[in-house]
Amino acid sequence: MAKNGNNNGKPLKVVGKPFRKVDARAKCTGQTKFADDIVLPRMLFCKILRTHLPHALIKNIDVSKAIALPGVIAVITGKDLPIPYGILPVSQDEHALCIDKVRFIGDPVAAVAAIDEDIAFDAMNLIEVEYEPLNTISSIEEAVIIDEPRIHEYGDEGNIHKKVSLEFGNVEDGFAEADLIREDTFFYEGNTHLPMEQHAAVGNFDPDKKLTLWSSTQTPHYVHRALAKVLELPASHIRVIATPNGGAFGGKSDPFNHEVVVCKLAIITGRPVKVTLTREEVFYCHRGRHPVLMHIKTGVKKDGAITGMHFQSFLDGGAYGSYGVASTFYTGALQTVTYDVPRYKFQGLRAFTNKPPCGPKRGHGTPQPRYALEVQLDKIAEQLKLDPAAMRRANLVKPDTVTANYLRIGSMGLGQCIDKVVAGSDWKNKFSGWDQNNRKLPFGKGIGIACSSYICGAGLPIYWNNMPQSGVQLRLDRQGGVCVMCGSTDIGQGSDSILAYIVAEVLGIDPFDIRVVTADTDLTPVDLGSYSSRVTLMTGNAAIQAAERARELLVMAVAEKLSVPIENIALAERRAFDVENPEVGVSFAEAVVLAESKFGTIGTVGSYSPPRSPGKYKGAGVGPSPAYSYSAAIAEVDVDPDTGIVVVERIWIAHDIGKSINPMLVMGQVEGSVYMGLGEILMEEMAYRANRNVVHKFPSMLEYKSPTTMEMCDVKTYLIEDPDPNGPYGAKEVGQGPLLPVPPAVANAVYDAVGVRIDEVPITPEKVLKALKEKAKGRDGRYGPDTVPSVEWPEPLRVLTPAEGGDGKEMPRVVH
Amino acid sequence: MMRLPKFEYRVPREVAEAVKIMAGSGPEGQFVAGGTDLYPNMKRRQQTPKTVISVMRVPELNQITGDGKSGIRIGASVTLTDIVEHPLINRDYPVVAHAAHTISTPILRNMGTIGGNLLLDTRCNYYDQNYEWRKGINFCLKKDGDICWVAPGSSKCWAVQSSDLVPVMVAIGAKFRLASTLGERMIDAAGFYNDDGIDYLKKRPDELLVDIHLPPLNGWRASYQKLRRRGAFDFPVLGVAAWVQVDQAGSVKNAKLILGGIAPSPVEVKGAGEALIGQPLDAASIQAAAEAAYVKARPLDNTDFVMNWRKQMARQYTLRALRELV
Repeated sequence: MAKNGNNNGKPLKVVGKPFRKVDARAKCTGQTKFADDIVLPRMLFCKILRTHLPHALIKNIDVSKAIALPGVIAVITGKDLPIPYGILPVSQDEHALCIDKVRFIGDPVAAVAAIDEDIAFDAMNLIEVEYEPLNTISSIEEAVIIDEPRIHEYGDEGNIHKKVSLEFGNVEDGFAEADLIREDTFFYEGNTHLPMEQHAAVGNFDPDKKLTLWSSTQTPHYVHRALAKVLELPASHIRVIATPNGGAFGGKSDPFNHEVVVCKLAIITGRPVKVTLTREEVFYCHRGRHPVLMHIKTGVKKDGAITGMHFQSFLDGGAYGSYGVASTFYTGALQTVTYDVPRYKFQGLRAFTNKPPCGPKRGHGTPQPRYALEVQLDKIAEQLKLDPAAMRRANLVKPDTVTANYLRIGSMGLGQCIDKVVAGSDWKNKFSGWDQNNRKLPFGKGIGIACSSYICGAGLPIYWNNMPQSGVQLRLDRQGGVCVMCGSTDIGQGSDSILAYIVAEVLGIDPFDIRVVTADTDLTPVDLGSYSSRVTLMTGNAAIQAAERARELLVMAVAEKLSVPIENIALAERRAFDVENPEVGVSFAEAVVLAESKFGTIGTVGSYSPPRSPGKYKGAGVGPSPAYSYSAAIAEVDVDPDTGIVVVERIWIAHDIGKSINPMLVMGQVEGSVYMGLGEILMEEMAYRANRNVVHKFPSMLEYKSPTTMEMCDVKTYLIEDPDPNGPYGAKEVGQGPLLPVPPAVANAVYDAVGVRIDEVPITPEKVLKALKEKAKGRDGRYGPDTVPSVEWPEPLRVLTPAEGGDGKEMPRVVH
Repeated sequence: MMRLPKFEYRVPREVAEAVKIMAGSGPEGQFVAGGTDLYPNMKRRQQTPKTVISVMRVPELNQITGDGKSGIRIGASVTLTDIVEHPLINRDYPVVAHAAHTISTPILRNMGTIGGNLLLDTRCNYYDQNYEWRKGINFCLKKDGDICWVAPGSSKCWAVQSSDLVPVMVAIGAKFRLASTLGERMIDAAGFYNDDGIDYLKKRPDELLVDIHLPPLNGWRASYQKLRRRGAFDFPVLGVAAWVQVDQAGSVKNAKLILGGIAPSPVEVKGAGEALIGQPLDAASIQAAAEAAYVKARPLDNTDFVMNWRKQMARQYTLRALRELV
């Protein structure tokens, strides 16, 4: 079999078919065991005291009353866990329990283990903490201006965590060639993941001094590393098991304080310790979408071809680093992979503020710039009197090219995506062509288009190493059992099922014959985790390699037994047989017996490392991927001009999946992404009251408004299958990408409906109504920010583009 | 998740027994029906009764009797789902069924009761938070604190009347029957609510709401329009209940417009009634009534949505409520 499971033209039996998920029955019948379902003998319950102050020094913590409460077994504070950690090596800025300072309401300061949850709760409230309040930083604007007090002692300056400045080619030359230059300012409000399952974890320290953590996490490997560091235990004595995640969406990708805390309490007490966060605490864990203020300057020719782009982003990072440095780079990375951008400049800034830390949420750092870019393109199309769908279609990045910022594009199905949604939505008979006097849809009804792209796995791991990003082990036993083991974590996206489908395809068996063991650092080889849409591509390729190695052993043994050439042996229908005489063969179990007799115990491994990126400049680590998925969406909306209320009636969305391993799961991810995108564009806001101690406005599922089924629109999904050479069977990602075009498509449709531009997410009715009133007064029918903070940017790191003959490295800095 | 504090739970089978237990429990006692309001509040330590007296097993409180001709009597423990599905209420009092249908979600309506909804605790973004959150703002006037964060100069609590049924009951002139160990009394819905987020009911804590009496139909029509972010789940951030009697000549004989969700109590827009009475129910009179509602509505920043927009919506939702009655 050729690379990546190209089946040499033979029909696929499992891949591409809508099999049910391997864990579907347990999920549907409520029998899946989540972390909070775990009950162990003598188990203790943990509660974490979180500060009620947004920024303060800790002067003293008195736990004496808590520890004296009957039923309390242990109480710990920051001094018990002095070693800092964090997901990125460059921002190891968190402590499991704060030591000398708290940085946002919800920062943990002490933890209790007690014989039941009520006692733990009462004990938590008996802990007395003496604080010295500090002034707060509540916004990007404040962080840029106010240097003291610093929220952290590290970072580029004052309360600015990170500034980056990159220039690919000379962007001024690009603007000089332009027929039209547009500058726009946008704001994308922060929002959070809102998984149904709150984070929960159980720690257990056994008599042999080995630690086990069960946790609802997307990244057991990174949690494993953080535990070894903070607890000062050998990593080989720690086992992390990711329990089935009841939703994650990026919110369970960091190592969390509660995970460290239950492990420490288990070590101290010698008893299992469980913590289950409240919904409020989940809001405080956050790590969700960064609020981003953006300025975008784009030069275009008359046909809409981009000549140069200068993008500035300002991220409100909250109180800790989390993935923030990567998020910052991501706000500037993927502008270049949809439409050709020959010269490109990016400046990004991340601020520390006294709020829950932001991090990765579905689309990590890219929905905000995608919104800005796609709405600006709509405005450009209007100025140029071009059809916005056709203008996009005409300026696409070509497949098998390298972008100005050195991202290597493989397959590129965006053109087909645009064609599908344009045809499916009847765009040509609905879009009025910017002519308000000859509308095709009545006033109040509108249609808008947007496109996007996303990575299929980050090219680089989070910590530097030369090892594979994903490993799969396969064990075949003489009864015909097949066990596939992989560190990947199923967060509902179906990654466990993908392993079974692919192994079943290669070995010619039924996916439900396979035992899937995942996300257990003792039992499974490392997979880096469920983030960056990496899992299907990377574990899929590793699974193909492991399965093909096993298949080779089976085929050799069966060929010898049947005395036919090796190339005549086929595996299908749970049999191994001679393709020329299909009735001559053995059952799959007999094939394993033959192979085990010949070779000994049958176990194989597979692994996957992404290709090296052509970008070598500092900062080139964020953006490269083995492949890029593409999406196009058209939204049809109803806007009530009397109230400003926007109802999204229908979305047509086409997604370039490369190849569906399971089209049903792909469609599910597309629809789920549309749903989440609707929430972001219409209502979701991580809002804080700056004048009330920077308190979160409403950390509850009732008042943090996220759509219900009543707000979900009709969705028509089209899957574009243009196999990518780097994907397993050609597959690309779908978990995140389809969210990206939804917010800008809705924004553009609102403009088409009532003629106002809402350059600020979410598009709430009061903003629409305000813009309509402004427009009625003859003023600019726009709602959104006008300016960005003035910042002294570092001299950009200059890189010659591939078209200019660049080699992917930055140019030496000229010292004057 | 948050856990309930410990409490004694009593399940009386008769009104007399229920009010007796309450009298014996004093200020630590609290009636509960479906619990969809009380239990979350108890988890957040907003209310901390020591004795919780369920009235779900009192047969007298579970009945619906009468019809549009005589008026309907609805027991306080009748669930919202039963109201939504009741054939006579749907036929004769569609406004009540409709308003009940807009409350929360089907699952919560299966537990929540009409009595509980009419006695619903006032709501506020500074109050409907857990203990730790409220500690973060040093609490508020309504519970454990001494300042109203919505209007810091105010000595009054501005928590919002958030029931969908309350403005409807006030508009149509329903009456409530209350019982205690001291006896029974009837009170008009219109006189039952105080414009104070803390002391929001003219009901003594020891009094039990027994039933709700809907007035006989005599030519009146009523409608209810609810503003909320989503099509389910959300409390109203504005509710408009309109009630009119139109004479045979087609002119409005009597009219009432009640706004909910914008103040501690339901707010009657007297100007709207004045704009309608004596006029045909037409575009001009409806517009005048809507303007009066806009002037009267003074929501504060303590619910979902920005207050200025909610004020503007008072006009739009009044137009809708009255147009429904044309």
